[in-house]
Amino acid sequence: MASSYNAKEEDGHHPGLVGSGGPGAVKSKKPDNTAFKQQRLPAWQPILTAGTVLPAFFMIGLIFIPIGIGLFVTSNNIKEFEIDYTGVDMSSPCYNCAQNYSWNSTSVCTCTVPFTLDQPFESNVFMYYGLSNFYQNHRRYVKSRDDSQLNGDKSSLLNPSKECEPYRTSDRKPIAPCGAIANSLFNDTLELFYIHPNGSKIGIHLVKTGIAWWTDKHVKFRNPGGSNNNLSVVFQDTSKPVNWRKAVYELDPADPENNGFVNEDLIVWMRTAALPTFRKLYRIIQKKKDTMTPTLPPGNYSLEVAYNYPVRSFDGRKRVILSTISWMGGKNPFLGIAYITVGSVCFFLGVVLLIIHHKYGNRNNNADIPN
Amino acid sequence: MTWTSPLTLFQRGWTRHRDQDRPIRKVVSNLPFEDLRKREQPNRQYEGNAIKTNKYRLWSFLPMNLFEQFHRLANIYFVGLAILNFIPVVNAFQPEVALIPICIILALTAVKDGWEDFRRYQTDQQLNNMPCFIFRRRLMCFVERRWKDVRVGDFVKVLSNEIIPADILLLHTSDPNGVCHMETANLDGETNLKQRKVVPGFSTLGEPFQPQTFDSTVVCENPNNNLNLFKGFIERPDKRRSGFGIDSLLLRGCTVRNTDDAAGIVVYAGHETKSMLNNNGPRYKRSKIERKMNTDVLFCVLLLFFMCLIGALGHAIWLETFSTMPSYIVPDSNGNYISSALAGFYMFFTMIILLQVMIPVSLYVSIELVKMGQIFFITQDAELYDQELDSRVQCRALNITEDLGQIQYVFSDKTGTLTENKMVFKRCTIMGTEYCHEENAARLAVINGGGNEEEEVTIYQKTKLPPLFPLEELQDDHTGHKNHANTQVAAASRRRSKVAAGAQSDMAFSSPLETVVVPDRKLMLEVDHQMASIQTGPYLDFFLALAICNTVVVSTLTAQRQRVKGRRNSSYSGSSSHNMGQWFKISSLQKFFSSMRFKRNRETMADPFAIDEDEPDTFHISSVSDSRPGQKVISSEGKDKRSLSRSEEVCYEAHSPDEAALIHAAKAYGFTMVERTPRYVTVKLPNETLLKFEVLDVLTFDSTRRRMSIIVRHPHTNEIIMYTKGADSAVMEKLGNVFSVESAAKRIAVRTQKDLDMYARDGLRTLCFAKKVISEQEFKAWFTSRQEALSAIDEKEERLMETANDIENNLTLLGATGIEDRLQENVPETIQALRRAGMQVWVLTGDKPETAVNIAYSCKLLDHEDLVFTFTTNKKSVCKMRLEDTLSEVRRTWGGLGLDPQFRGYNSTFTGPLMEPSIGLVIDGPTLNMALSEDLVEQFVELCKHCRAVLCCRVTPLQKSSVVKVIRQKLRVMTLAVGDGANDVNMIQAADVGIGVSGQEGMQAVMASDFAITRFKHLQRLLLVHGHWCYSRLANMVIYFFYKNVAYVNLLFWYQFFCGFSGTAMIDYWLMIFFNLFFTSAPPIMFGIMDKEVSDSTLLSLPELYRRGQHSEGYRRSTFWIAILDAFYQSLVCFFIPYWTYNDSDIGIFSFGTPMNTVSLFTIILHLAIEIKSWTVVHWVIMVGSVLVYFILTLAYSAICISCNPPSDPYWIMHKQMADPMFYLVCVLTTVVALLPRYTLRVLKGTLAPSLHLRARQLERLPSSCREQQIREWRGFRDTCISASLSSTACPSA
Repeated sequence: MASSYNAKEEDGHHPGLVGSGGPGAVKSKKPDNTAFKQQRLPAWQPILTAGTVLPAFFMIGLIFIPIGIGLFVTSNNIKEFEIDYTGVDMSSPCYNCAQNYSWNSTSVCTCTVPFTLDQPFESNVFMYYGLSNFYQNHRRYVKSRDDSQLNGDKSSLLNPSKECEPYRTSDRKPIAPCGAIANSLFNDTLELFYIHPNGSKIGIHLVKTGIAWWTDKHVKFRNPGGSNNNLSVVFQDTSKPVNWRKAVYELDPADPENNGFVNEDLIVWMRTAALPTFRKLYRIIQKKKDTMTPTLPPGNYSLEVAYNYPVRSFDGRKRVILSTISWMGGKNPFLGIAYITVGSVCFFLGVVLLIIHHKYGNRNNNADIPN
Repeated sequence: MTWTSPLTLFQRGWTRHRDQDRPIRKVVSNLPFEDLRKREQPNRQYEGNAIKTNKYRLWSFLPMNLFEQFHRLANIYFVGLAILNFIPVVNAFQPEVALIPICIILALTAVKDGWEDFRRYQTDQQLNNMPCFIFRRRLMCFVERRWKDVRVGDFVKVLSNEIIPADILLLHTSDPNGVCHMETANLDGETNLKQRKVVPGFSTLGEPFQPQTFDSTVVCENPNNNLNLFKGFIERPDKRRSGFGIDSLLLRGCTVRNTDDAAGIVVYAGHETKSMLNNNGPRYKRSKIERKMNTDVLFCVLLLFFMCLIGALGHAIWLETFSTMPSYIVPDSNGNYISSALAGFYMFFTMIILLQVMIPVSLYVSIELVKMGQIFFITQDAELYDQELDSRVQCRALNITEDLGQIQYVFSDKTGTLTENKMVFKRCTIMGTEYCHEENAARLAVINGGGNEEEEVTIYQKTKLPPLFPLEELQDDHTGHKNHANTQVAAASRRRSKVAAGAQSDMAFSSPLETVVVPDRKLMLEVDHQMASIQTGPYLDFFLALAICNTVVVSTLTAQRQRVKGRRNSSYSGSSSHNMGQWFKISSLQKFFSSMRFKRNRETMADPFAIDEDEPDTFHISSVSDSRPGQKVISSEGKDKRSLSRSEEVCYEAHSPDEAALIHAAKAYGFTMVERTPRYVTVKLPNETLLKFEVLDVLTFDSTRRRMSIIVRHPHTNEIIMYTKGADSAVMEKLGNVFSVESAAKRIAVRTQKDLDMYARDGLRTLCFAKKVISEQEFKAWFTSRQEALSAIDEKEERLMETANDIENNLTLLGATGIEDRLQENVPETIQALRRAGMQVWVLTGDKPETAVNIAYSCKLLDHEDLVFTFTTNKKSVCKMRLEDTLSEVRRTWGGLGLDPQFRGYNSTFTGPLMEPSIGLVIDGPTLNMALSEDLVEQFVELCKHCRAVLCCRVTPLQKSSVVKVIRQKLRVMTLAVGDGANDVNMIQAADVGIGVSGQEGMQAVMASDFAITRFKHLQRLLLVHGHWCYSRLANMVIYFFYKNVAYVNLLFWYQFFCGFSGTAMIDYWLMIFFNLFFTSAPPIMFGIMDKEVSDSTLLSLPELYRRGQHSEGYRRSTFWIAILDAFYQSLVCFFIPYWTYNDSDIGIFSFGTPMNTVSLFTIILHLAIEIKSWTVVHWVIMVGSVLVYFILTLAYSAICISCNPPSDPYWIMHKQMADPMFYLVCVLTTVVALLPRYTLRVLKGTLAPSLHLRARQLERLPSSCREQQIREWRGFRDTCISASLSSTACPSA
């Protein structure tokens, strides 16, 4: 107890601070008479009745229908051609390849699929490969990657994220690129030939760059080692993904700008698809600048496939899609039809409301606005 | 302090243990032991005066706070989810990231708790370090120390206006009479003074205090929290004992007033003081909506469970379809695949994590915020501000605002709640002769003349500007209260007229009205006659009794506390003085006064004019009268000061308004109480002589005896006289000589009783006065037993009451008084409005049936057309029979009326609104007890259901609460209790919503209440406007919240069908958190605080709109399910339109999620936009702001996150999407399709079957003149319509 007294003496005098009972000017507690505090802010009070919302319905109808028609026409103008080369049918040229294939086989099975284009494809043609029933959006699959590794981070290169398990290391070496996504990289090689009416086979030049997002190619994906162009050195302590036939630095030996992690096929694949049926951009067939001839004139073509990618285990399908492109992307009639439908429904509702307004709305109005 | 060491903690525990053994505490002086160590201190086992109310210490804050927070179910849910996420097989997100929500919530709460605790700590420190004076033996004087140094057994001196540091037994004061005044405002909010006296027979008055000579032992009870009860005695070394009670105890936290210094010995310190023991935490109630909401949360849990089950089964089945594992199914780290059943099982938990938002945990936080906002607006309402008391409406319970909008039964106290509780002396009867005081009545009538205009005084109705308004304003300026008038410029004319109207009706209750009584001519003559001739007689006795038989304290103007000055605006006195002048003219015209009396009257009458300027400080709210155990302890006081002989002014501090009224009545006849000390009462007689009575004893009022007595010695005759005042029955039963066959006393008693009945019929409160002359021997004998009782420590109250009953018999009846308690302004209108709103109004009062019924009629609770059943019986069988009879009759009537609607409709046009069969029920206390007994309660409740009004008279506080409880439980209705006095506390606490009226009777009701108002009329606005708003707002917000969460989380659910039920989220996890935290949190909260469907004026003029809340129409189970269905629909749209748009394209997961996130933001925001009924600037800012914040934050996030949040890493996704026209096309289409059904249905409903509220909204658009006409027509039509069809919605408008 003595200590308490001491403490007190040190502190000295403290004037009473608690003024609960003290005198002082009593300030009025009257609330401020402001519009906010009195909840009298000027307000717009819409009342939803047929009469007031009629214009909105007609407006929506009148705007949506033209948009829908525009979309529909645009979509219809897009040319698209799809070739299924999975080889499930006996008749399919790739049937044999599909039957015999497994990830580990060393020999390359090729098959040739002929097809005919009835209409010319003007402008640039985008060549996609399509997979169906391929759940690239499976949660554990989506996670199974290391973005820092792909971004060129040295430490991640040698010590990939745990998320990559079980495709993190092989033979005690880190896998580059690690993870299930990279491991299951689509590795069919597709080549397109135009069968000239005279029977000769003309190879069509497929551009393999420009298919990935610019930001992915230049920011998100980077080769480790910075300016070191000798990728085999950079990747020397890593191992290739187990399903791959060649290492990551051999993906495109011809073009150092398209090799290693910045290989665009890899980048495109790494952007996992949202839905189990998807397509991914494979190559671009550029319009010839000088001539007036279409990019792909009508006629016979053949698609040569180096059949590597197994899809039978999940009843998948592999397709090649040739498509021109417009401002709204690929061919998709849905949006146009949807716009037209919704526009019409709104217009119809507008008419119904108009009738209702005439029949019932007046009753209220009479009551509301006395003379 | 050293006392907090572990050793002392142990010691304290040990002390507690010992305390239990001994029910008393012994305290001796510390002084002889001053220099000894603590171990040898005699009072060491008692707690010190340092207080510590903070819960946490610095080191224990985190663990303790977390521990407390995890008591909440919601937090456990969150933590459970976070833990689940750390289990690798089930996690859905990055485990670290999944901790974010729980961390945010915990951190926010911890910061709030920590801050509150720190504030408590600071206040504690401030208190502990306040200075005080403790006596030191070494220095032989009082030394300044701090509060925390005070120990039990110390002698402490408190100076005037200082706060008392501990509970101190008063041993000495500077006052020659040994009294000390104390203000308990800090304790109970009452601002009047309470008198404390030094322990009797102990201290020598007038001498300086010498603590070192104190060698006695103080024995008292152990600490308890009863502020009004304290007993003990001081034992001297020679074993002499002197007892003391609460009136010798200075309470910690109170302030000493009017006394230069007071000193005493500390008996309780620190946490053991009465004030600290009374410190309870805030009240916590759960509102009806919240209860309902909790069941809906359970539905959400169920829904979540089913969705997770679907996910789990789906995943298992999906896995079963593969014969060999495809490359996209990732094995575990060993390269093995788990069985599909196990994978499905794990998936169940993953789904819980993924869909966790389904359970709207943030809803609880949001509701708290919304309620804070709602309370802010309620307390800010200028209409609920009382200028007179300078107080706003207080919201004491923070979480039941919306219950105000659902009230079905209102239970009201009468006195002080419906009435002013400002008593006005009306008439009296002396020795069987009635004096009706018609001049006084005439005066009251004149003053009141302008006040009651007509029945329809709706708030915004225009009243003509009365001439007295400028006067009031002038007065305002004069007293420095300009602000009242100035701030009202905005709505000047409308509000001004209202204020004026308020003032007009208010002024009738202003101070001069109560303090000035115009004497009755006849009675005056009688008094003069007796005065002049014999100097004694029953008339003089009557007025002497009026003057001295009370507990009124006279205080002089110089003793006035400064603080109270200017509290009360003088405007009303000003206006009434104006009116008084008016009356004066009239009366002088009528030549009311004979010249002789005119002089006298002038004196009486002129005084108020002279002192009106000072009138403001003559009122304050008041106080526990500590000397009256068990009675309604709080009372108010009316003080008045007046020039006695032009030089000295006195004012009276009365504990109850009745006493004030009586003492002023006595003064009007010249009997002025000049001084009261504990031993003497001095009264000035009409002939200016002073009579100084020696007070021998005061038998204080209690609710069992219902009377009080004062025993005095007459200075001239030297006889011992007892004056008794009490309720008529309480006095009548103690009269002597009444039972003899034919005596004058009996005749007087019979006549007086007749007059009393008449008073009661007029709604007056009655009091009887009696006198008894006691012989010396009798008194001596009685006095010894009385002293014994006083010093008893056990059963003290019982013994005191016994002794009181012993002496109070054989009384001689002097007369009786009738005091009027006026209705508060707008009470009938308020009751009518509450009724129209569908509320049943009950009045529960302690008054006698006649008075109560009278008041009930005047406040329109009962109508003269009504069929009123009265239940007063003492036999249970009779009660039962009556109940059954009435019930069958009522059923028949009800059925008959129901069958013949046309008749009823026809009838109603003549008899006014016939909402229900007009049956009134009047029941008294004893009968009520029987009716509430097990076997009759069902019938009683059934009967009450049919009654338009129920009036319970002569009920005890306990009965009040049991009535409320029975109705609340049996009928399952929302109840509201409103009261102003301590006797209403039980009822207020029993009801769902308790409302305290802070009026004349102190603060106990307010302390117990959830909301505190100042006038009964405020109830109308509080319920009809704020209650309705709060209810609608909260109900809509809660529904919306459920919708919002379900709509958003379902997007993820639908996606599971396209990702093999693998628990993938297509939206970046951070964005999902942001979505709930930033993008969509503010709009619903603003919606819950600020939406306004119908304006206050419309709500007030159409109380019928209130019924929506009563029937819980705003938030029904069906509303909930509709919202959930709509959420499902909208989420389907939001998912599938993008799905079909992007199917079989090259879109990536998170690119796919971006438009969905955007679309659902638009949908959710615009859904709210459909629901918002009035758009103010705030609405626009928040709604538009939310969308902007979404785009800005998302763009910023996806511009920087290259590999910050694997696996999504939304780098440049948003930018890419926003560069694509398809994105916008999808957003527009989806939003329109998602909202089309709701919008269309709203429109169709608004057109084809508009709700009452919609129609009210339409009315608001009309110009005001048309609107009033419309409302009137609508009302008239509705009344007939309702009675015809008993339906509330089918009515077409006029």
